[in-house]
Amino acid sequence: MTEYKLVIGLEIHVELNTKSKMFCQCDADYFGKEPNTNTCPVCLGLPGALPVPNKKAIELTFLIGKALNCQLNKNFKFDRKHYFYPDLPKGYQISQYDEPIATKGFLEVRVKNGNEFITKKFGITRVHLEEDTGKLTHSGNETLIDFNRSGVPLVEIVTEPDFESSEDVKAFLEELHTIIRYLGVSTADMEKGSMRLEPNISVKKIGEEGLPPYKVELKNINSFRFAKAGIDYEFKRQVEILKKGEVPKQETRGYSEDKKETFSQRSKEDAEDYRYFPEPDIPPFSLTDEYLEEILSNFPTLPAEKVSDFVKFGIKESDAFTITREKETLQKFEKILQAGKGKVESSKLATLFVNKRIDENLSPENFVQKVIEMSEVKKFDENLLFEIVKKTILANPKAVEDYKNGKEQSIMFLVGQCMREAKGQADATTIKEKIIKLLNS
Amino acid sequence: MEIFGKTILELRKMLDEKEISESELFEYFRKRIEKYNPSLNAFLTTCEISNEENKNGILNGIPFSMKDAFSTKGIKTTAGSRVLENYVPPFDATVFAKLKNSGANLIGKTNQDAWGHGSSTENSQYFTTKNPWNLGYVAGGSSGGEGASISAGLSVFGIGEDTGGSIRMPSNFCGIVGLKVTYGLVSRYGAIAYASSLDTVGPMAKSVEDIAVILEQIAGNDPFDATSTDFINPPKYTSKLKNSLVGKKIGIPKGYLEEGVDPEVSESIKNSLKIFEKFGVQIVEIDLSTTKYAIESYYLIATSETSSNLARFDGIRFGNNRESFGDEAKRRMMLGGFTLSAGYYDAYYKKAAQVRTAISNDFKKAFNEVDVIITPVSPTTAFKIGENINDPLQMYLTDVYNVSINLAGVPSLAIPSGVSNKGLPMGFQIIGKHFNEETILNFGYKFEQETDFFGVIKKGLERYKD
Repeated sequence: MTEYKLVIGLEIHVELNTKSKMFCQCDADYFGKEPNTNTCPVCLGLPGALPVPNKKAIELTFLIGKALNCQLNKNFKFDRKHYFYPDLPKGYQISQYDEPIATKGFLEVRVKNGNEFITKKFGITRVHLEEDTGKLTHSGNETLIDFNRSGVPLVEIVTEPDFESSEDVKAFLEELHTIIRYLGVSTADMEKGSMRLEPNISVKKIGEEGLPPYKVELKNINSFRFAKAGIDYEFKRQVEILKKGEVPKQETRGYSEDKKETFSQRSKEDAEDYRYFPEPDIPPFSLTDEYLEEILSNFPTLPAEKVSDFVKFGIKESDAFTITREKETLQKFEKILQAGKGKVESSKLATLFVNKRIDENLSPENFVQKVIEMSEVKKFDENLLFEIVKKTILANPKAVEDYKNGKEQSIMFLVGQCMREAKGQADATTIKEKIIKLLNS
Repeated sequence: MEIFGKTILELRKMLDEKEISESELFEYFRKRIEKYNPSLNAFLTTCEISNEENKNGILNGIPFSMKDAFSTKGIKTTAGSRVLENYVPPFDATVFAKLKNSGANLIGKTNQDAWGHGSSTENSQYFTTKNPWNLGYVAGGSSGGEGASISAGLSVFGIGEDTGGSIRMPSNFCGIVGLKVTYGLVSRYGAIAYASSLDTVGPMAKSVEDIAVILEQIAGNDPFDATSTDFINPPKYTSKLKNSLVGKKIGIPKGYLEEGVDPEVSESIKNSLKIFEKFGVQIVEIDLSTTKYAIESYYLIATSETSSNLARFDGIRFGNNRESFGDEAKRRMMLGGFTLSAGYYDAYYKKAAQVRTAISNDFKKAFNEVDVIITPVSPTTAFKIGENINDPLQMYLTDVYNVSINLAGVPSLAIPSGVSNKGLPMGFQIIGKHFNEETILNFGYKFEQETDFFGVIKKGLERYKD
């Protein structure tokens, strides 16, 4: 196993939360509606109906492009992508082919590397706008079509094959998910299918140049956890095949939650010919600089930038990271930060906010007050703390000896013991300092 | 009281002065359809009078017909194909909604080559429409049902669709007036697409003034068509008809009146030019040499787009399956599918698009020098039913003068100019700059007033008088 490594590229679809669909006036929010009630001649593809592009959807796609550090293309167009499938009422999907809205970007992500985090940079090939399809329900010999979803604006994000592990993928997806929700462009709800992932997975020998001559596309994954599990399963499966001197089949595979394995869905050995050509019903776009500026004027501060801002305030990076995962959490914390300005250190506020030792639903002022009180308690117990430390050291000679023999971790054991004695009211850093001082004296 | 042969404005006056009621007028045309349609095969569907529409519209109470390519709520719409044999749409085409809003009464929907694929209605999967001038001849296509209906006086005016001559050809063959509008002037919403970047919706009628009257009702922006023009209110075309032509210039493309044109047609056009000279118009020769590639470019682009537009008829909805497509539709879908295929796209579709740009530029250049361009509509008068049907290429070539105009997107008015020795109408087309319909209507109107189209329309109607 260790001589092989994964090569993964991602295709991610995000349904935009616009008011209306991509090319008609129907409600873009189709969830839970009676089948085929959220439709019109346009999204049903009735003869003579014409698409009129949704301006808002275009604007939101530009926001995603910017968030992914892409080149934003003021000149872009729509194209027709042809394939026959019953959920595609026109026989083609209106998508973007050679002139998409955004291209050549990247996203930097904190990825776990052993016990620490490192920052990795993943390339974004393109971000384009298209329409969603209808939905098929199979039961027995019957297949039912529901066009409620047909024509919902869908953004496709395609990455470079830059991912080397399932952790890479998971970290990237989580960061992307956070960004999408920050931008407010989609609910990005995986279970409801408003964010969908398709990893393209292949495996090569470490040190081998270039891309493997095949790839396996993994479909219907509706959580980050399944994405990770599916990729890990594929790695094992493909390595086994490669070890036999064979090349895994180019195909689309599904992931079964029950069996925790992937299964073959459809062979993709012949490249499909989508017969792309420029959508004649929609003239090509050429945005003015002013309009693009106006679109981007609503661009929010992204979580990564917030994290580095917080770190500058002295907040621990891991706390900053946790706080910035959800916009609502961040907003709550920022109010507390404001209320505590000049009264208590930001790092203390952040730690107590993250470890939830204080009810986060307190008003910002009360929250800060509580933090101040807790800090005072610790000062008050200075003598008692010294007694606790002394007692703990005497009661744990083994740990003390381990420490003296160079086993650094055993000090954390002692800190934990002290903390238990102090009923969690003391400050861990202070305890640690006191233990070291005593042991070295 | 004489109704026969009356134009829109004449009937408007009769209705306003209560010489005739709306329902009497409707009944009059319905009876004529009953009487003449069995021999002409112009109509696929006839309609009941609808009384819920605007009573103040300029077209209030005027019976009209529409090519079956337009979506009509609750009224069967086939596009001339068996695939849509039982299709009753749930929505109205914008052009239909606008005409209803002007008070016009739809009397029926007319025959066409299936999906607009053809120049003679011989590709209709129902029947071939006959030329009212001689039942052994075609009425032109694809809007042939319209040509025959208006020419024989079965409807006052009609709406056709022109992708590569489909309004102008039947107008020319049947001796009526037909306008192919600037691409984008009239909404395509609800017009069943043949080739989306070339399709235009336009009026067909017995006089230039009628065309102007209808155009004022149907032109302008439609929020449901992203390719439609920006302006909401169209120009007053009717007010410009009588403008003087003194000092204007007509361009005649080099070679257009010589090679490949029936000498009689060419002679008729040359005589017509003399009329314009009488108005003080100067005739100059222009160069449209890139149009010699127009047929090739057109058939690559049009078939590509039609292969895409017809993909929705996948047999799952609309009743009939893909086997119901006729040979011509299959031929064009295969040609188009091939043209768009990976590895061929650059050599065919892309090249064709480049040729299209070159042709557009040629027209632009020409219009720097002249106000309008005059060319034949068809190299010959109407041909016999069956004469070209087994030779698709020959059939495609009948539109050799028309397709370049669709590729360039400019407007063109087809008008009659005389009757041939065989007793069939002849005519020509007046091509204008983008969105300059008022100029070509002005030219057409002056010619009509001076010549009465050499009696073509009157003569055509004669045998259908009773």
